[in-house]
Amino acid sequence: MLSGHAESIYWLGRYVERAEDGARLANVHANLLLDLPRKYTFGWAPLIAITGGAGLFAELYREPSERNVVRFLISDEKNPGSILSSLACARENARLLRDLLPREAWEQVNELYLRAKQDAGHSLAQGRRYDYLEAVIRGAQQLTGTLAGTMAHDYPYDFLRLGLALERADMTTRIIDVRSANLLDGSAKSDDGPGDLAPFETIQWMSVLRSLSGYQVYRQTVRGPVSHADVLRFLLTDTRFPRSIGFCLAQMDTLLRRLPRSSAITRDIGQLVGELERVDFDRLDRQALHRYTDELQIGFGTLHDRISATYFLTGPATPPGSA
Amino acid sequence: MAINWKTYPARGVYDTLLAAPGEVRPVASGLCAYLASLSEKEVRDRRAAADLAIRNLGITFTVYSEEGGSIDRAWPFDIIPRVIARGEWARIERGLRQRVEALNLFIDDIYHDQRIVKDKVFPAELLADSKNFRPQCVGATPAHGIWAHVCGSDLVRDRDGTMYVLEDNLRVPSGVSYMLENRLVMKRVFPELFENTTILPVDDYPSQLFDCLSSLSPRRGRRPEVAVLTPGIHNSAYFEHAYLAQQMGAELCLGTDLVVGEDDCVYKKAITGLERVDVIYRRIDDLFLDPEAFNPDSVIGVKGLFRAWRNGKVGLANAPGAGVADDKVVYAFVPAMIRYYLDEDAILPNVPTYKCVDRKEREYVLANLDKLVVKPANESGGYGMLIGPQAGSAELEAFARHIRHDPRNYIAQPMITLSTAPTLVDDHVEPRHVDLRPFVLSSKATYVTTGGLTRVALRKGSTVVNSSQGGGSKDTWIVDHEAG
Repeated sequence: MLSGHAESIYWLGRYVERAEDGARLANVHANLLLDLPRKYTFGWAPLIAITGGAGLFAELYREPSERNVVRFLISDEKNPGSILSSLACARENARLLRDLLPREAWEQVNELYLRAKQDAGHSLAQGRRYDYLEAVIRGAQQLTGTLAGTMAHDYPYDFLRLGLALERADMTTRIIDVRSANLLDGSAKSDDGPGDLAPFETIQWMSVLRSLSGYQVYRQTVRGPVSHADVLRFLLTDTRFPRSIGFCLAQMDTLLRRLPRSSAITRDIGQLVGELERVDFDRLDRQALHRYTDELQIGFGTLHDRISATYFLTGPATPPGSA
Repeated sequence: MAINWKTYPARGVYDTLLAAPGEVRPVASGLCAYLASLSEKEVRDRRAAADLAIRNLGITFTVYSEEGGSIDRAWPFDIIPRVIARGEWARIERGLRQRVEALNLFIDDIYHDQRIVKDKVFPAELLADSKNFRPQCVGATPAHGIWAHVCGSDLVRDRDGTMYVLEDNLRVPSGVSYMLENRLVMKRVFPELFENTTILPVDDYPSQLFDCLSSLSPRRGRRPEVAVLTPGIHNSAYFEHAYLAQQMGAELCLGTDLVVGEDDCVYKKAITGLERVDVIYRRIDDLFLDPEAFNPDSVIGVKGLFRAWRNGKVGLANAPGAGVADDKVVYAFVPAMIRYYLDEDAILPNVPTYKCVDRKEREYVLANLDKLVVKPANESGGYGMLIGPQAGSAELEAFARHIRHDPRNYIAQPMITLSTAPTLVDDHVEPRHVDLRPFVLSSKATYVTTGGLTRVALRKGSTVVNSSQGGGSKDTWIVDHEAG
């Protein structure tokens, strides 16, 4: 398999997943805003920091109004991290893979982008935003389903899944981060008296689970109340739920073991898994959680660099058989 | 009844389906009777079905614009096929084989002894001025002595039905994927016609191409690694490059995916390391193929590729330098080549051609500019042409200046009244001009496509069939009407 193809299909996976999870991120945030009492909400501004676009946002917009932030995150093609930009990049990578991808997959990527662009205005209207984001999520799911059901399951498909899994793990940490940005600890006190946020605690964690389509699995797996520590443990370490970080890391490990020259990368994955296992979820407060998700994101960045250096760069400088 | 052949104006030109209004050619009788039996709604539905199939199959060509980046446009397609009788096709096929054989002998001769020049059949000064002659190729010995492995020759019929060769494309001819896709679309839209008519299949091309390319492998006794080299997604034929790679199970490579080692072998950069490539079907022009041998500024080529080919470490199709015979002035000499190398008369005639480099012929051209079609020797895609009878005086004067300034670069031909084919325009049929591009594969053996790509000028009265300039295409049927 060509390194160039491996790189393109890996990025196709990452961008499709980034678009999907970006839509999930916006949805969970919108839901949290609705659930919280007005005086505790932080508006849409935290999303900019969480997706790492603060500098660019300041260049492009004057104030972090809802409309500006939503436009920036969803439909602004000047923001390389927006949902629409991700879909555009997915499409450009798919175009490079036209000989490799099943035809219907190319058509779907193409349509997904064109539809998202055409309907971009809907994302700004509060009443239609949910449908717009939902359509992006479904389109991405349909595409990954088509690829799973029609591509040969060998190297190219492995690289696609590697991209999907790494991006998903990364985005799941960001979605968890939204929660920590939006809410003080459940026990936090406000001027009105102790713990008046406690009633919202459960609702908010439920909405995080729902945004990741994980509420049902959580219920089936955890079989207890929805609590802060249990939800975090589930989203970070569960190995059966496909959007949990533990699952994504295990999947990457399996995929990489099938690829040549992967031992250094799987060692890194082992380290991340080891750290996950040592986290004491019952004692993880907001700051610690935020710090830890940051660390995880740095770990994922390192994984990406290693994958890139091992498979996408030009291979050995001197071809075999050289004098 | 939407289609009425009695009112179809088949007059003054050769029409591929009708000899005269209401008078259907025998080879098209089944098709025409069937089309006439469709109601207006049925015609509309079939046409919509074809458009949908094209969209769903993702058949596109790419138009590049500065503002919008590259845009995929749906391939314009007309659902009424163009029909040729099997008996006539057999003769055309023989003519193409003969022509391509002579062209390959010519190229090989030009890069070796140049006997044809020494024997004064082909003028030495034409060679000296040729933009597509590559001095770097002198003395090279490609496998089987073949240089032009894939040739697309454009054929046109004149008023009396004579089939002429208009030009030979020996560099990177494109269009074959559309020929294959057109058939796929037609089978979806008119399955009943295929049941009741003996239409020769076209689907064999990708495997024939793969065999042709495989035979160029420098390494014997193993399945060769074949790659398709594309300039990238902005190229107007990118769809075809990807399509052919996919159909052959070959890898579609960009220049950056390949590297030439100090051992002169070509390697692709794979996830497992470097893997040797045996044959490259390159869809990049000579000059951009290798910055080391040709244009040093090329960013789409592969450094050292020419050296690898020269040293017999990789097969290239078409061979560098093959374009020397893809030149509208050289074209004029093809009948002479056929006599010189094969001692035969050309089965397919050339369109009469005046070479502006010849003083007498140039004078004739300049005196009759308003009646002739003038073409630059090395442009393709219909660019830079003068259509005398349709040109204004300023344009005529400008071309006269061009010709006097650089006579070597121009040829002129009488205005051929391209044959027409019934084409769906809104809800009825009108004649539109067509040409035909068959493809010929040459290596150990020769293969000619069954029919080829019929291109149609969709604008009324236009004879420009290029897709970049308002052209579309039709399925081409070679029909055995005696077999029923």
